[in-house]
Amino acid sequence: MIWQIEFVVLLIVIICGIGAITVKDLLGAAILFGAYSFMMCLLWAIMGAVDVAFTEASVGAGVSTVLFVAAVFRTSRRTKD
Amino acid sequence: MKTLAIFIVLLFGGLLIYCTLDFPPWGDPLAPASMHVSPRYIEQTMEETSVPNIVTAVLADYRGYDTMFEAVVIFTAAVACFFLLRVFGRIESESRMYRHIPSGITLRISKDAEPLRESREFERIDLTWVPYGVVVKTSCRIIVPFCQLFALYVIAHGHHSPGGGFQGGVILGASVILFAISNNMRLSFTRISEKLAVLLCGLGVLIYAGTGALSIFLGSNYLDYGALSRLFGVDPVTARSLGILMVEIGVGITVMAVIITLYYNLASAGRHDEGL
Repeated sequence: MIWQIEFVVLLIVIICGIGAITVKDLLGAAILFGAYSFMMCLLWAIMGAVDVAFTEASVGAGVSTVLFVAAVFRTSRRTKD
Repeated sequence: MKTLAIFIVLLFGGLLIYCTLDFPPWGDPLAPASMHVSPRYIEQTMEETSVPNIVTAVLADYRGYDTMFEAVVIFTAAVACFFLLRVFGRIESESRMYRHIPSGITLRISKDAEPLRESREFERIDLTWVPYGVVVKTSCRIIVPFCQLFALYVIAHGHHSPGGGFQGGVILGASVILFAISNNMRLSFTRISEKLAVLLCGLGVLIYAGTGALSIFLGSNYLDYGALSRLFGVDPVTARSLGILMVEIGVGITVMAVIITLYYNLASAGRHDEGL
């Protein structure tokens, strides 16, 4: 595997992870978390764990983002802290 | 307090990263896992279960208990979400909104008045109703059947390619969510009601546990699918493959129903009248 691609993907994972817990807008946090899951899915695929990558793409990036958005829709969009 | 929390997180994170340095490098042929564990599965799986995808065989056969309790865990998650969020005594909203479809006029009928019957001319709409986009609705109507077909393929083809019950069930549930988002929630209740979704949650786990119990009745250990050979009339190795398919179907049903239940409860805040 080309290490530059792996490095960029890892960098985006860290940026998305830090962004998801610091951003004030919860809808933005949900989207960042989806991006984080998708980048993790790429990492699993790079390491050859295709089944885990498949699960991560469908559960992490797909359904859990929808569930987060639904929860934000029913509560508030901004955090208190 | 906050600086203390950051300090603890950094300390333990640093410790974790420091400990991973002791791990064997990725793909090292001399690592203990590659010496004893992996070769056993790589060499024996095809002879013992006739399943080409080793991951599926390990997941559903060699580690059958693990997967069964995973299914129980997500079943419990759905039940917990149901009891936390579901509002049982029906709280009627102040008024109901109806839309006259040909003219696009919205009627507001208070809760004391007799509710309007839905027909070809009147449809009930949510308070947060926005006009349906033709592009969104049509493209979702085209995508949903293919999505479900792909999910069935993923479940059935998990023996030969990446996939299986969990992934296929998630895609099936996602297709129902897509339908609910692109139309409205009440329409999706007419397709898959809440009762059906909750019943399917339990049915999937029952199929998995029932397959295990069936092997006991046929004179073998729990979840030892080789015993199913007499039931299907095939040799024990093929019976293992068929047993794996049975439990994958059970897992798929559970995961699909759990995701639909979670979505219904979250998006309607437990009231099940209107949603996202």
